[in-house]
Amino acid sequence: MRTIKFLLQKEFRQIFRNKSILAIIAVMPVVQLAIMPLAADYEVKNINLSVVDHDHSTYSQELVSKITASGYFRLMAYSSSFKEAMQGIESDQADIVLEIPAGFEKNLIREDEQKLFIAVNAINGTKANLGGAYVNQIIRAYNQDIRLELVQPTRMNPIPVIEITATNWFNPSMNYKVFMVPGILAILVTMVGGFLSALNIVREKEVGTIEQINVTPIKKYHFILGKLIPFWILGNVVFTVGMLVSYLLYGIVPLGNMGVLYSFIAVYLLAVLGLGLLVSTFCETQQQAMLIMFFLMMIFILMGGLFTPIESMPEWAKVVSSFNPVTYLISVMRLVILKGSGFRDILSHLGIIASFAVVLNTWAILNYRKTT
Amino acid sequence: MEAITLNALTKVYGKEKTVAVNEVSFAVEKGELFGLIGPDGAGKTSIFRMLTTVLLPDGGSATVNGFDVEKDYKQIRSSVGYMPGKFSLYPDLSIEENLNFFATVFNTTVAENYDLIRDIYVQIEPFKKRRAGKLSGGMKQKLALCCALIHKPTVLFLDEPTTGVDPVSRKEFWEMLKRLKAQNITIVVSTPYMDEAALCDRIALMQDGKILSIDAPENISKAYPDSLFAVRADHMYALLNNLARYEKTLNSYAFGEYAHVALQSGIDEAVESAALKSWLESAGLKDVEVQPATPDIEDCFIRLATVHQAAVIK
Repeated sequence: MRTIKFLLQKEFRQIFRNKSILAIIAVMPVVQLAIMPLAADYEVKNINLSVVDHDHSTYSQELVSKITASGYFRLMAYSSSFKEAMQGIESDQADIVLEIPAGFEKNLIREDEQKLFIAVNAINGTKANLGGAYVNQIIRAYNQDIRLELVQPTRMNPIPVIEITATNWFNPSMNYKVFMVPGILAILVTMVGGFLSALNIVREKEVGTIEQINVTPIKKYHFILGKLIPFWILGNVVFTVGMLVSYLLYGIVPLGNMGVLYSFIAVYLLAVLGLGLLVSTFCETQQQAMLIMFFLMMIFILMGGLFTPIESMPEWAKVVSSFNPVTYLISVMRLVILKGSGFRDILSHLGIIASFAVVLNTWAILNYRKTT
Repeated sequence: MEAITLNALTKVYGKEKTVAVNEVSFAVEKGELFGLIGPDGAGKTSIFRMLTTVLLPDGGSATVNGFDVEKDYKQIRSSVGYMPGKFSLYPDLSIEENLNFFATVFNTTVAENYDLIRDIYVQIEPFKKRRAGKLSGGMKQKLALCCALIHKPTVLFLDEPTTGVDPVSRKEFWEMLKRLKAQNITIVVSTPYMDEAALCDRIALMQDGKILSIDAPENISKAYPDSLFAVRADHMYALLNNLARYEKTLNSYAFGEYAHVALQSGIDEAVESAALKSWLESAGLKDVEVQPATPDIEDCFIRLATVHQAAVIK
């Protein structure tokens, strides 16, 4: 016990003397939480629209003004031919081309039917998808308006119609910030826990201090605990700072119990620290450790359900993300913060993370050698 | 009693099977100041790391204080002090904090063993609040020695403690070692400096993982079989070239402002030096000066290394 106490004392002294670590702990959560949710926006805005209007009628004017009035589109060009509009797409000036055929108004009124053509630049898949969908939606609404105008409303619909009304639960205003902030916080906690612990141990190898430690009677578990405990505490500090920032900046207050969150974070940090420790046992230099951690973090972030839902991934990717600890933390964060889930709801997540912690730490301890 | 024994200790590195330590056997008596002398890559550090249980041998065995380095590593770790060749204390902790830290990991306190380190510690005490990374080379070595001594080890391993240290600090360092030896601590020290070898009780000359010779330094010097001359002339480079061509030359090399040349012994020294002098003058060198020289450890090492090299080539 006394040994551990002194190891911790030494470790904290070193941490508090390392200005860059302090900066990371204090600044990273604040800056990342302040900037990232504003930039990592799901809503697609400023879609560049190019219109090819062969009709030049009141109706076509009205349709275009409806589209531009939605706020999602910027009217970039009025082209005289589709070919000309295509050039706009090729030179990246336009994202969507809307072609209105000649006789649009005439045929619409006379024959009750008309076709429109939309060409979407699909280089950016998300933008293409959403942009296309927005245009469709606006056109449908416009269609509805015209019907009301032209068709004499009867008491009952001549053909059966199902009308859909949806309400959004747990995030009624579909505020993506409420959705992103907990996810980003999860990544932050992972970075601090994983990166710092891996780099710290490898640093001892690089500087050579581990050589001196290895010839002392310090026990393996003393040394490892001396490394895990400080970063476990730091991880909790970063999480707390992050929660405060998300309350102050975004007014996010967890619906669920903070105790549930903290108890999950406690176990989760053990798992991430175990991973950092494991990486450090394989590396000789900080550069190696850094590169491995970067590789893992990329997978963790992209396959953890932060940006894209796991349910829509292919089967093999679902298997990969089920081995990704970040997946579970992001899920729990959203469950507790947005949905107000209780301890019982996250029990399976907790069990999986606990087994990650056991496996990773055992592996790391077995792989850590005082002797080469 | 023997504090350290090595029995055909072997270490092989990597896929190329580089033999760093080749069946080395020797013993160090309790309270002895034992030197491992050899150039870089001779295998000194590998021996140290095996004896301090941080490197596993690939063959043979070794004991420290009667404990086997593989089986009883725990006992060894708590009874030896090790100062690695590379400075390996925490650069971001102060002198005082480093010392306290290493005292506590050995379950002791600085106060308890202060007697042992006092002589050394008083020299760095004025800077005790300074971070270890900001100390000069000599002060770093003193601090490292303090940290290696703080748990009152019975055997002290010092791996090239004076490499990169100025001559004055080197001298001081060896004086400190002598004082520690008086406290009955067995000291094994490695160094590439031949002049330091003479300060040890016994030395082992090493090259290519093999021991060339083990004895007291003066005995090694005495056992030098050839006749050695120090030669000086107006032109060093031409002199060395000519010496290498001289028919009786066994070995010749620059040695400070002189060139040392080893000739086959057996004939009268005066005759021999006169013959060499006239031969060199006939070769066109001026101001030739030839005088018999007493071989020191460096001469012995060069002779042994040359013989060893010749044997390897054969």
